[in-house]
Amino acid sequence: MAASLGEDDARYIRRVIRVQRLLEIGGRATMFASFLPPAWLAATAMLTGAKILDNMEIGHNVMHGQWDWMSDPAIQSATWEWDAASPSEQWKSAHNYRHHTYTNVLGEDRDIGFGILRMTPAQQWRPVFLAQPLYAAALALTFEWGVALFDIEIDRTWRGEKSWRETLTHLDGVLRKGGRQALKDYVIFPLIAGPGFLPVLLGNLTANVLRNIWAYMIIFCGHFPEGAEIFTPEQIVQESRGEWYLRQIQGSANIEGSPLFHILSGNLSHQIEHHLFPDLPSNRYAQIAPQVRSLCERFGVPYTSGRLGRQSIDIWRNIFRLALPGPSRPRRAWTGRVSRAR
Amino acid sequence: MTARAVPLRLLSGAASLLATPLHVDDFVEMVNPLWSGRQTWGRVRAVQAETADAATLTIRPGRGWRGHRAGQYVGIAVPVTGVWRHRVYSVSSAPDRPDGCFQITVQAFAGGQVSPRLVSGASLGTVLRLDPPAGEFTLPEKVPRRILFLTAGSGVTPVMSMLRDLAQRRELPDVVLLHLARTRNDVIFGTELRRLAQRFPGLRLHEFYTRTAVDTEDDRDGPRVSLTDLLAACPDWPERSTWACGPPGLLDKAQDLWREAGVAGHLRVERFRLATNTSRSSSGNGHSEDGRDIGRDGDVGDGASVHFTRSGQRAVADGLTPLLAIGERAGVSMPSGCRLGICRSCVARLGAGRVRDLRTGVEHGVAGDLIQTCVSAAAGDVAIDL
Repeated sequence: MAASLGEDDARYIRRVIRVQRLLEIGGRATMFASFLPPAWLAATAMLTGAKILDNMEIGHNVMHGQWDWMSDPAIQSATWEWDAASPSEQWKSAHNYRHHTYTNVLGEDRDIGFGILRMTPAQQWRPVFLAQPLYAAALALTFEWGVALFDIEIDRTWRGEKSWRETLTHLDGVLRKGGRQALKDYVIFPLIAGPGFLPVLLGNLTANVLRNIWAYMIIFCGHFPEGAEIFTPEQIVQESRGEWYLRQIQGSANIEGSPLFHILSGNLSHQIEHHLFPDLPSNRYAQIAPQVRSLCERFGVPYTSGRLGRQSIDIWRNIFRLALPGPSRPRRAWTGRVSRAR
Repeated sequence: MTARAVPLRLLSGAASLLATPLHVDDFVEMVNPLWSGRQTWGRVRAVQAETADAATLTIRPGRGWRGHRAGQYVGIAVPVTGVWRHRVYSVSSAPDRPDGCFQITVQAFAGGQVSPRLVSGASLGTVLRLDPPAGEFTLPEKVPRRILFLTAGSGVTPVMSMLRDLAQRRELPDVVLLHLARTRNDVIFGTELRRLAQRFPGLRLHEFYTRTAVDTEDDRDGPRVSLTDLLAACPDWPERSTWACGPPGLLDKAQDLWREAGVAGHLRVERFRLATNTSRSSSGNGHSEDGRDIGRDGDVGDGASVHFTRSGQRAVADGLTPLLAIGERAGVSMPSGCRLGICRSCVARLGAGRVRDLRTGVEHGVAGDLIQTCVSAAAGDVAIDL
């Protein structure tokens, strides 16, 4: 697969980047006419689309190094920056390292509930979780900031696992990066619009919030719907390479949809394939999915896949259920080691 | 800061804030890459055949191009099947052409990834990334009274730039050009060189051929032409300021000869890198400055050396241990993360040599590539920018 990468793949990502930039220019320009309600709607839609493409299909995947093979200095994981509050350097270490190495391992993969949600009965219940549907909703609305602040790992600093000095450097990075994004969306562009200050501000805010909700949904549906497993640190002691792959499959879930949906999700709708081969260019996941799926069927490994709506309902139900103590038994027992797979 | 610079700077600051996190040039390049202020681009305006396997590309450079001195080379990156390939070519045109373009002359290297494409004309209209011209293989400000140019094959390209420059300035002094080619028809710029020699009595051109018959399909070489044979045409060579460019064998011999004659200071060479064992993908007639030619001493297998260029550490590597582990053992501060080839926290720039991906066994890499040190082992001598 890696050997067959070529002209068409390069053209694909350049096209997506071009569309993203045209949407961004179109959205920003139309926004100046946003005192007219249809213009406001069109502008906000274009800007939302631009931000979603930037974060999902472009930013996330470029920073995984999926396009480094092109040796294009303008499209490199080491230098890419995205339209989100997180500085890409910090996000890469939290996401590419912790999340992708320790996928769905309680206490190691910090993406589980992002430190504020109880996503599995294995997490001990505390009264603070009673209000967790509210936290989840708040997280969905402010996802880019949630992720940025969460990557600073203030909780680890609190426990003395990380120095305050390092934490402050990280915090400074977020404030600079996120601050610049906020300044652009909430001050500069509205100011340029003059009398159109308020509609532009609201349009940009709406685009950011819609992008946040979208990213939140895709990411939660990728790892926490019914069928995706959460593991304990004991389960990965002495984990073999094969077991690591197995955990990537069991800890992830695919989302079904149209080709456009796949692009807007950054092809994280092929979450399982992405976790197996995180640096394979995203446009190729659909191509390998049937093979992965048939291998899973052959060896009796569960391959979770469903519609976005269905999975979102699952997750919300789970968030509500786990706000209360219990249940005493996990949703489903871990299927165990590779050798036990049929 | 001048009074005019302040508003300009404010304007560009505001523009960059509007474009953040992208760069204003990201949008400028969508309209025309040649307008970019961040990266100098060039567009191939014409491709003209010189010989059966060499062609001259006329390139219109964009913003940021500062022009070259005759004899210098330029690094270009060209997209080939989705991948940007970097190559270095001598500029063959004289500096300061009225049309603002410059030319490189490329000889197609059989099996190469880049040069056949450039030569074939498929590159017409292609937009290339350009490095600033570089190299010290140039004439001094004050042109020496007696000059010898010693060239072989496409090694004539930097010399052509100098000759054209001298001819334009009508400063062609006593110049001897000894040129070695396969046949008369393989002499790049043959017609132009012969015409120049007629026009300027000071220029004496001696062509030597390695094959006897013209246009022969016979691949066997004709009588060996030795360096001594060449120099027989120019007996006063030790007294001449000499510029030599061609294959490594010829240049090595020339350096020995000049050293033996005690006139090593009169000789300047431009190394001419053909594909060798360790640089399979670096095809074509790229030049690299004297002493920077790394492709020649690479040794595949055990006991390869790893040079961590920034920390100055050296270590011995086998072909199985990840460079990450080798660096850590050598006390180099190595960035690392998952150690599984997933997270890319460990990526470092390859300075020279090639590496083997331990997951796939595939050998890859050219200077400048970002490699994952945790899953890459040395395939021959390598330099890592850490």
